[in-house]
Amino acid sequence: MRRIMVCVKRVVDYNVRIRVKPDGTGVVLDGVKMSVNPFDEIALEEALRIKERGEADEVVAVSIGPDDAQQQLRTALAMGADRAILVKTTDVVEPLAAAQVFLTLVQKEQPQLVILGKQAIDDDAAQTGQMLAALWDRPQATFASKVELAGAAALVTREVDAGLETIEVDLPAVVTTDLRLNEPRYVKLPDIMKAKKKPLDVVELASTGVSAGETLKSVLVEPPKPRSKGVMVKDVAGLVDALKKKGLL
Amino acid sequence: MYEYRAPRRDIRFVLHEVLEVEKVLAAGGREDVNRELIDSILDEGARFAENVLSPLNWQGDWHGGPRLENGRVSTPPGFREAYRQFCTDGWAGMAADPAIGGQGLPDVAYIAVGEMLCASAMAWRMCSGLSEGAVLALSRHGSAELQARFLGRMVTGEWTGTMCLTEPHSGTDLGIMRTKAEPQADGSFRITGTKIYISWGEHDMADNIVHLVLAKLPDAPSGTRGISLFLVPKLLDGRPNGVSCASLEHKLGIHGSPTCVMNFEGAQGWLVGQPNGGLACMFTMMNHARLGVGLQGLGLSERALQASIAFAYERLQGRAPRGALERDKMADPIIVHPDVRRMILTQKAMTEGQRLLCFYAYLLIDVEQHAPDEGTRKRAAELVALLVPIVKSFLTDWAVENTALAVQVHGGAGYVRDTGVEQYYRDAKIACIYEGTNGIQALDLLGRKVLGTAGQSVKTMIDEIAALLKSDLPADFAPWAQRLQGLLAQWAELTKTVAERSAKDPEELAAAATDYLNFCGYVLVAWCWLRMARVAKRALEAGSGERAFYEGKLVAARFYFERVLPRADAHAAGARAGAAGIPMLQREQLEA
Ligand SMILES: Cc1cc2nc3c(=O)[nH]c(=O)nc-3n(C[C@H](O)[C@H](O)[C@H](O)COP(=O)(O)OP(=O)(O)OC[C@H]3O[C@@H](n4cnc5c(N)ncnc54)[C@H](O)[C@@H]3O)c2cc1C
Repeated sequence: MRRIMVCVKRVVDYNVRIRVKPDGTGVVLDGVKMSVNPFDEIALEEALRIKERGEADEVVAVSIGPDDAQQQLRTALAMGADRAILVKTTDVVEPLAAAQVFLTLVQKEQPQLVILGKQAIDDDAAQTGQMLAALWDRPQATFASKVELAGAAALVTREVDAGLETIEVDLPAVVTTDLRLNEPRYVKLPDIMKAKKKPLDVVELASTGVSAGETLKSVLVEPPKPRSKGVMVKDVAGLVDALKKKGLL
Repeated sequence: MYEYRAPRRDIRFVLHEVLEVEKVLAAGGREDVNRELIDSILDEGARFAENVLSPLNWQGDWHGGPRLENGRVSTPPGFREAYRQFCTDGWAGMAADPAIGGQGLPDVAYIAVGEMLCASAMAWRMCSGLSEGAVLALSRHGSAELQARFLGRMVTGEWTGTMCLTEPHSGTDLGIMRTKAEPQADGSFRITGTKIYISWGEHDMADNIVHLVLAKLPDAPSGTRGISLFLVPKLLDGRPNGVSCASLEHKLGIHGSPTCVMNFEGAQGWLVGQPNGGLACMFTMMNHARLGVGLQGLGLSERALQASIAFAYERLQGRAPRGALERDKMADPIIVHPDVRRMILTQKAMTEGQRLLCFYAYLLIDVEQHAPDEGTRKRAAELVALLVPIVKSFLTDWAVENTALAVQVHGGAGYVRDTGVEQYYRDAKIACIYEGTNGIQALDLLGRKVLGTAGQSVKTMIDEIAALLKSDLPADFAPWAQRLQGLLAQWAELTKTVAERSAKDPEELAAAATDYLNFCGYVLVAWCWLRMARVAKRALEAGSGERAFYEGKLVAARFYFERVLPRADAHAAGARAGAAGIPMLQREQLEA
């Protein structure tokens, strides 16, 4: 079975105006709309396209998170994933722990390809994919903007600082997606209805043998300072003075 | 130009926290439609409405609307593509029975999406909305043969449907229509006549159009008892069928929707339902059609409210009465002015209150159809019948008011085109007119629904409201509860007075009807606000992290009771005033 595993994270919807809790311990999540991390949606879309081209047989969506993350997995199933697995925990899961959990799933599922978003828009860590590849000891192709399968290898075009670069990686491999890889499809209403009947396994984090929890300590979460009012300067000399005073010249 | 944001939070509040639809639906055997599923549907519906439809709204308006050339109507740019996506994504059949290929969504879930579609692009949405009505009529009354031939492709949206009732001399008074239907040897009929104001009568979004046409058989009795319903396709086996669009109307709003003069010249059609039973067929879909128009009103009110809020926090003009709030700016945002807040809170109180009323009515349709015991079903049916004309009329009249307030909040920017707010105002008015004018709704309410049941349906509604008043309400809601209690007594008394007078003189009924309907509307929305305020208060007491959302509800509830509800008294006075004060007049008595 040629299988693709896609990692899907539940995050605050990108449209939500984030508010910081008054006590500085984090951001307000009560009643806030949660969605699939947009990069993960792109990852899933890519997996589905590969399957629709006949180059894979099954797409499995996996997530680590609270029970409510089933909602995001259902969305993945509605988009077209064949089945889903939730590793349930209410603990904070940092990138290394996430990669370790995914590794246990990889060992069980034996995918030819694991696709993840290049980062999740909540913590923007951009590490899980790379760590998973290292732990798994398989090649990685990050920030993909094009993915082609060619037999036992994948040709992946990556977005790098200098532009684009195309690399070939042996399968199985880990790919992380960039924004321009594709545009995720709209979900069809009949597929939403059908998604309820697709298999969604829930396993406890403990059963994977990985322990989560914070190894990094977050000290304080603060909103960015509001921009202070601009100052009008009379002329160029005034501007130079002002910049000098600020130590910018 | 404002883009539409589906009010998902408020819809979830109404569905889950106030109406608890999951429980109600489960009791009716729809355990499958749980909260998670509803939320998924809301999310995807919102995505389609916001991203695909909302940008079409003003394009359909500015573009000047559909064009007629050589008998063909081309729709504004983007309309066809959006419609195709609507169909391929499975929304076209969302309400239809799975047995005919639909998705079988319960009404209450279906209309949550319906509101978004109306709000994001009302003119575009009318096409699929009318088709849903046609599917409903055909699936209830069409012969097996007609269903097999037409229904499938109408459910998928490949073919659309219309309702052809109105003629040049026959609008409200359908009994005097002239379009005729001549029986043919093969059992079909030849339909001949002119229908006007037919929405989406001709267009380029679908391969075929299935017209549901009211017409008269040769031997038909006069009046509404002599009207039959026919299915008349635009194309028959791909060939023209004597149906043509003669012209398009130029109009105040909904420019994106083609309003067609339709000529039927010996077009082949088939009878739907019984001979001379056309109006009875129409009645079965009337509840949906009329609530659907109320929903258009709600959608526009919501969109206008969003625009008003956004503008009021951005536009800097003047200073707060108690002194400047934002000293570092040249002026304060206009939200600091109590009068601007009056306008916005009026919109919020009416829009959100009416949302609950409207969704409640749709939920009752689900209960009417699926509740396990007959008593519950009957009671729901009784309430639906009562609420339909109120929702249709009260929500659409208020959509005009709410959109006008949005224009006012925007000042000159609302009157000129750039913000798009004036379009909402222009679009809103038609909903007061079609699907039975609001005056006709009032007659339906008072004549058929209230007096026709000897006041029983009103009594059932009053009992329902009284039950809330007897439940444990927070102590500080006591003044509101008392106020509502008083209005219930007034409602019962008013109904009695009008009934007594109407029994002697039908003019009394007609003279009281519109004020009576509006009185009911204000009382019902007061009930809705009390329900919502109770939920909000509990959430705040439980330490919800969404303080602003719930606090806003309490402010709106108070505003409603203090500043909107007094209008109920004015309408009660109007309804009580009697027919003598609006006598039949000589023209000279009116003209100067
Ligand atoms: C944009 C648009 C789209 C439309 N789409 C469709 C469509 O798709 N299909 C279709 O068949 N029709 C359609 N209509 C027609 C619409 O339903 C009628 O305009 C409406 O029913 C009113 O009829 P009328 O215009 O003849 O007004 P009239 O019936 O002439 O009414 C004029 C006024 O008199 C009042 N009045 C009339 N009779 C009574 C009475 N008995 N008691 C009290 N008051 C009364 C009315 O309330 C109204 O205020 C559309 C109209 C418009 C403008």
